[in-house]
Order: sequence, then C-alpha cells, then structure tokens
Amino acid sequence: MKNTISERVADFLKKFPPFNILAEHQLEKLSYEVTIIHKENNSLVFSEKEPPHNYFYVVHKGAVALTKKGSQQMLDICDEGDIFGLRPLLAHENYKLQATAREETILYAIPIQEFKPIALENQQVGDFLIESFASNTRNPYSLKHRGKLYGVPNEAEGNPETKMLDLQPVRYSTNLVTCSKETQIKSLAASMTQRNVGCVLVTQDGLPIGIITNKDLRNKVATGLVSITENAEAIMSSPVITYSKDLTITQAQMALMKSQISHLCLTEDGTTDTPAIGILSKHDVMVALGNNPAVLMRAIKRATDSQRLRTIRHSILNLLQGYLEQNIPMGLVCKIISELNDATIKQVIQICIDQMETPPPVKFTWLAMGSQGRGEQLLTTDQDNAILYEDVPTEQKEETQAYFLQLGKQISTELNLVGFEYCPAEMMASNPLWCHSLEEWKEVTSHWMNNPGPDEILLSSIFFDFNVNYGEKALADELSLHIFENAKKYPQFLTHLASGALQNPSPSGFFRDFLVEQDGEHKDFFDLKLRALMPIIDAARVLILSHSIKSINNTAERYEKLAELEPKNKELYLAASYASKALLKFRTRQGLQHNDSGRYIALDQLNKEEKIKLKRTFKTIKEIQELLQIRFQVKNLLR
Amino acid sequence: MMGFFSKKKHLELPEFWETYANYFKDKLPETISENTFVVLDTETTGFNMTKDRMLCIGALKLRDNTIVVKESFEVYIEQEHYDAESAEIHGILKKSKKERVSELEALQQFLAYAKNHVLVGHHVLFDVGMVNAALKRNGLPQLLNKTLDTGLLYKRTLLISTVLRKKENYSLDELAEKFRISKKDRHTALGDTLITAIAFLAIVEKLKPKNLKDLFKKQNPPKFGL
Repeated sequence: MKNTISERVADFLKKFPPFNILAEHQLEKLSYEVTIIHKENNSLVFSEKEPPHNYFYVVHKGAVALTKKGSQQMLDICDEGDIFGLRPLLAHENYKLQATAREETILYAIPIQEFKPIALENQQVGDFLIESFASNTRNPYSLKHRGKLYGVPNEAEGNPETKMLDLQPVRYSTNLVTCSKETQIKSLAASMTQRNVGCVLVTQDGLPIGIITNKDLRNKVATGLVSITENAEAIMSSPVITYSKDLTITQAQMALMKSQISHLCLTEDGTTDTPAIGILSKHDVMVALGNNPAVLMRAIKRATDSQRLRTIRHSILNLLQGYLEQNIPMGLVCKIISELNDATIKQVIQICIDQMETPPPVKFTWLAMGSQGRGEQLLTTDQDNAILYEDVPTEQKEETQAYFLQLGKQISTELNLVGFEYCPAEMMASNPLWCHSLEEWKEVTSHWMNNPGPDEILLSSIFFDFNVNYGEKALADELSLHIFENAKKYPQFLTHLASGALQNPSPSGFFRDFLVEQDGEHKDFFDLKLRALMPIIDAARVLILSHSIKSINNTAERYEKLAELEPKNKELYLAASYASKALLKFRTRQGLQHNDSGRYIALDQLNKEEKIKLKRTFKTIKEIQELLQIRFQVKNLLR
Repeated sequence: MMGFFSKKKHLELPEFWETYANYFKDKLPETISENTFVVLDTETTGFNMTKDRMLCIGALKLRDNTIVVKESFEVYIEQEHYDAESAEIHGILKKSKKERVSELEALQQFLAYAKNHVLVGHHVLFDVGMVNAALKRNGLPQLLNKTLDTGLLYKRTLLISTVLRKKENYSLDELAEKFRISKKDRHTALGDTLITAIAFLAIVEKLKPKNLKDLFKKQNPPKFGL
C-alpha cells in the first residue's frame, strides 16, 4: 500500500538510521502508516510521566528539545532525522522526559505496533536500537555521570553543557593528510600548510606508523636539530596512539589528557593494524564542548554547510544564556554575540558565493540593517539586509542585478536555514528594492531624504543603521558620505526623522501604568520593542546623524559618544545609554525564557523588581523625547 | 398530473449526492482545532473551465495539526479530451499504468471523502471550479463546501505598507520556498496538497485566528482605520 505522500515520507526516512537498513517493502508499509504532525513553537509533544503514546517520533523539520522537569537544562535537541520517544514504548514505561518543539516543527509519528515486528524481524534494526540505547546517545541519565567523571560541576558557571556531549560520539576530521616515511620534511610541511591542518599521518601500506604535528616541526626542525631536507621518519612520533572511531567525547578527552598529545588517530577497529579513517584534534573536542567564543568562532569558520552552522547557533544561544546568568556586562555580551553572528553570516555568504557558477562580476558589499547593523541582535530575529555593488556600464546593468538578486536569494534561504527568520516586510537582498548599485542607492537614499513622508522615514531609519557584513567597505563608506552631505543640504530631513522617532506611543499611560496592546494577537501584552526600545534607538540615530558621526551604530555606544560631544547633556545621555542596555537585556532574557523574539511581555508574569526596573527606563525615554522635540522643533511639523 | 411527476423525477439526484448534501445540515465546529480541513488539488489538461478536464484529484485531511498519511485521497480519471502539452507538465500520460475511474465515479468518491469539511487549496477557486464543471457535466449541482485560499491567506502574513510593493499573486512554488518545503512532488495532485497543507499550517500559526469564522475573514484584504 502506498500513495504519493507515503512515498515522500519513505524518501525522507530512508536517509536516516535505522530506516536506511529496512527492506523497501518494509519501509513502504511503515511509511503508509505514518501520521504527519505539525507542532507550533513551544508546544508540547509529550510531558514527563505521561503514559506512552502509540507512536514514536522522527523530526522531519525543525527541532525538539528534551528537558527534565524543574530544570531549565536542556538534555538534548533533536534535529532533522533524529528519533525520540521510542525507548519508553519498548520498555513499557512512562515518558521520563518532556519533549517540546523549539521552533515550528513537523514530526512523523510512527506507530510502534507497525514498527515492532519489523524491528524483531530485522536483526540489524534491533542491533541499532540496542546500541543507541546502550551508548546513551539519546539517554537522559548520562547527565548523572558527568560529576563523577569531572568532579563536581561548578553550578555558578551556569549551564554551558546543556547538551550531554560527553557521551555523544565525536565529530572528527576525515580530511586525512598522509605521507610516507620517505617524504621530505620540507614537502610535508608545505602540504600541511596548503591543506590547513595541524598534523600529518605517516603511513605504510595504508596503515598508520607515525604522526607528525606542528609541535614536532617546531621542536625538532625549527630548532635546527633536524634539517628540512631529511625524511619524515626522522621526526615522526611512533607508534601512533590509535582509537576506535566510536569514541565518545568524554573518552576522547580522557585519551588526550592521559597521553598529553594534541591529536588522536582513529582507525577502523582502534588498533594500528587497520587503516586510519580520521584524525581527532584537541580543537574538535573543544568545539564539541562548545562553551567558549573563540572555539565557536573557529568552528564557524570551518563550517562548510548551513546544517553545521545551525548546530553552532544552538551553542551560541547556550553561551548567551550562560552570560546572562552570570551577569556579564551587557556591552561585552553584545560584542561577543554580534561577532559570532557576524562570522556566521560571513561564512554563509562565502559558502553561497562558492556555490554560484561564476564569481561576482563586480565588487559588492553585504549590508546588515536594523538591529543587526546596530550590533544589538542577540536573539535571532528577522533578517534585514541589502546588497550594494559597484556601478557598471548601462549595458551590463540588468545582468549584474540578476546575478546579485540570485546570490541574495540564495544567501537569504541559507540564513533562514541557519535560524535567521525571513523579514515579513521583505527587506532583504533577495528583493529588487534592496539590491542596488552604488549610484542607484544614492538615488534611493536621496529620494527618501528629499521627500520625507512617513514611509520614507521608516525606510531610512531601518536602512541608515547599515553595517558592512561582508565585502568592500569602501562602497559603504562612499554611500555614508553621500548621506551625510545630503543631510546637510536638507536640514528638514532630520526634523522629520526626529518626528518619526517621537511617533511611537509612549510606554506609560496617564497614571504611570504600563500601556498594553488593545487588540490583535498580542492583546494585553506589553510591546517592549515598539514602546520602549524603538523610541530610544530612533532618538540615538537622529542625534548621531545630526553630528555627522558615522561608524557608530550601537545605540548604547551612540549615547556614550553623544555624552562626550555634548557635556551639558552628559547625564541624560549616560542614563539613556544605560537604559538601552537594560532594555536589551530585558528583551533577551524574556526571549530566552519563552524561546521567541522577546518582543511581547506578559506583565502579570513579571515580578515587582522587574516592573520597577522597566519603569525606571521610561523616565529616561521621556526626557530624551523631550530633548528631541525642542532641538528639532518637531512641534512645527504637522504630526 | 403525469407531467408534474416526471418533472420531479428529473430533479431527483443520485443517492450519493443526497448523502453528501445531508452532511451540510450539521454546523461546522467553531474552533480551528476541532475542524477537519480537506486540502485539495486537481491536475487538469489546461486552464479552460469548459474545455479542459481533470486528470487527477488529490486530497488529504488535516485535523488538529495532524495528517494521517493513509487517509489521503488520490484518484485518476479516464480521459477523452486530451492535451499533449499539459500532460507533459503533470507527467500523467493518457495511457499510463495508474488505475483510472470514470469522471462520475471520481466525483462520487470525492464527495464521500470531502463531506461538509472546509476545502483548502492554493488558488482553491480554480480547483473548485474544475470540480463544479465536472459536476455540471454529470447533471449534478455545485459543491456546497466553504473554501479557504492559501494564496490569499499568505498575503495577510506579510506586512502592509504602501512602499513595499506586494505581489498580486504568490505561486505555490514561492510558498514552498518560503516555508522550506521540499518541492519534490510538485505537479502531482497529492504531492501539491502536502505542500499546500504544510504552508497552510505555517500560515495559520502566523495569523493566529480566534476561530474558523475569523480565519475566513482573514482572506479579505484588511480594512484600514485611523
């Protein structure tokens, strides 16, 4: 029995174990019995202690978090192709964990009744299941063992190890660089440089007999002990310490510590009698533990596809949560996370360019706009981006734009895959309105500044926070220069921009109560972005533009600069700088807590202290707005 | 006297139609999660309602965010009218090995499947129009089901602004790209319904309608107020 949908389900399942070992007729039959379930973000799949469903689940799209009640610790994230909720069905016990959709998710629910006979019939499937349970790849209890292996984990450190990586198999490099023992040192060093690796394996008849690392080159060759014209044999460490490829992260870490080496050689069966299949470096282990920005940064730069970047993003969010729990200063947190986001985007762009059939026809710049341009994008919010490319002769215009639109579209899709949502207003480089040559951008921005209607003001306020993400900085500088000159020519533009900044509704009402949304999907929620963050961000932009300062995009830093430029308003500006950081932190906390953008806040869930903190920033917002009103004589405009 | 009776006899509809029509005596449930949506797509020989014919009807049932794979509906129809160009797009050749039924049989099966549920489709009025044309050819009245169009609903998920030009129409391909749905089975009726269904779920999550009535309302462009 099959139909078009069940065929599609089968196509997906057969890519992942244990379904890849099923016979075709078994898979066909199983796929026909599948139920496809759509889960909204944050919705529950099953809860702890709930009796088992008749199904187990495979993630088709999205991600599911497994957590233990009462602890915020995430035990595991199941990604595309991962199975969960099977063990309780086989063991006839209630669920021991809670499963929640971490984003919009599509699950395939597979009836245990249909699956069990197949598992019994097919030896390999049974083995896979036993193995995966035994190695605890998806097992809740490994968290317990952590302390025993490492001593008591330090609670104050927050919870960087939210995934139980220590019992997961390691991800090792299969990019093996080998040489024979007769290879000249000079040429093996050259190939290490070319392949960008830190060690080379010396093999004989395909079997590993020695290893040479950077350290060997430094200690034995650079010191002059051994000449570069000698052979590999002279400096290699031998015999090679080998391990089996099924090594877990914990085991790998122990091995590296025990033998004080930086690289492990992995072979088929763990002995030197079988061919080497991979090299595991200390760095690979660090990436797996993943709670260190420098390590994450290197991992990003080494990523070759969006799937990998997506996993790294999860680690970045964990890192962020850890920072917030440790109360690390917001300015610093912003910098680190923005750098990581920035590197992620750069890497995505690089991957996409490499995938294009031809290199870009002219130089271009990828501009990040909005919160990302300001370096304030802590949680993944929408993508706002644009492409700016060099001017080309008229006859090449169409072709050039077509190229960059295609590139923009590709990048935007990949960014979405990594976890950056599409902009609902389509302010993205894939949109012809946001993909222009320098000359065209000059025209567009001039048009906005000369005809400052509400829409133009809105567009300018999003666009003018642009920041170079990738490519030629000179192009962006020229555009900035053009904008500042234009701002001087049309002083009324700043007045309009100031008026735009004052248009957002104020955060508190007459009785100094919070104003909540009256209508729509977020009725009775407080809109933190619109009512508190936007006014303070918009005001900073107008003020900094009026001083013709470019290259400072971050709101808090803008206020600090303003404090320096206008000593008489120093106190107010510093308060505003503080308020902007406090609000951003507030939003990020809320976002992490509810796994969303943190924009809307349910007031009844705030405690007294949080409410007071929020209200304190409102006073500053009000004062800044008054300053704008007077300085730019906004009252003269029809509002 | 006889004349009166024969006229009545002429109006008498087959039993399967009566069964179908009877379902509409029941009111639809109010909430989205209680409703069953029948996501529908037809493959046709072309876009002409009178000249062209349906090659295939595909449908699936969506209830409370869930699709049961084996409860989907797929029926291929015997062809008289045949257009080589269109058959190429859909890959349904007139003499392919799929088992096919007469148009009347297909309609009968579809009515029994759809009951009084809301029909969902991408540009659903085209598919409904094709089914209606077939019903008419077979001496039957029009479909009674309410409809929801993912094309119209999708537009409501985008921001409204005068400067950001919105397209008039969004194709199913564009939706599939937007929601990252595999386009593998594009142009098989049932494959398209799965894409439509997943897009529909994503759209409903974005729009967060209060109930079914509200969702119908959201197909219309929003009214502006000051």
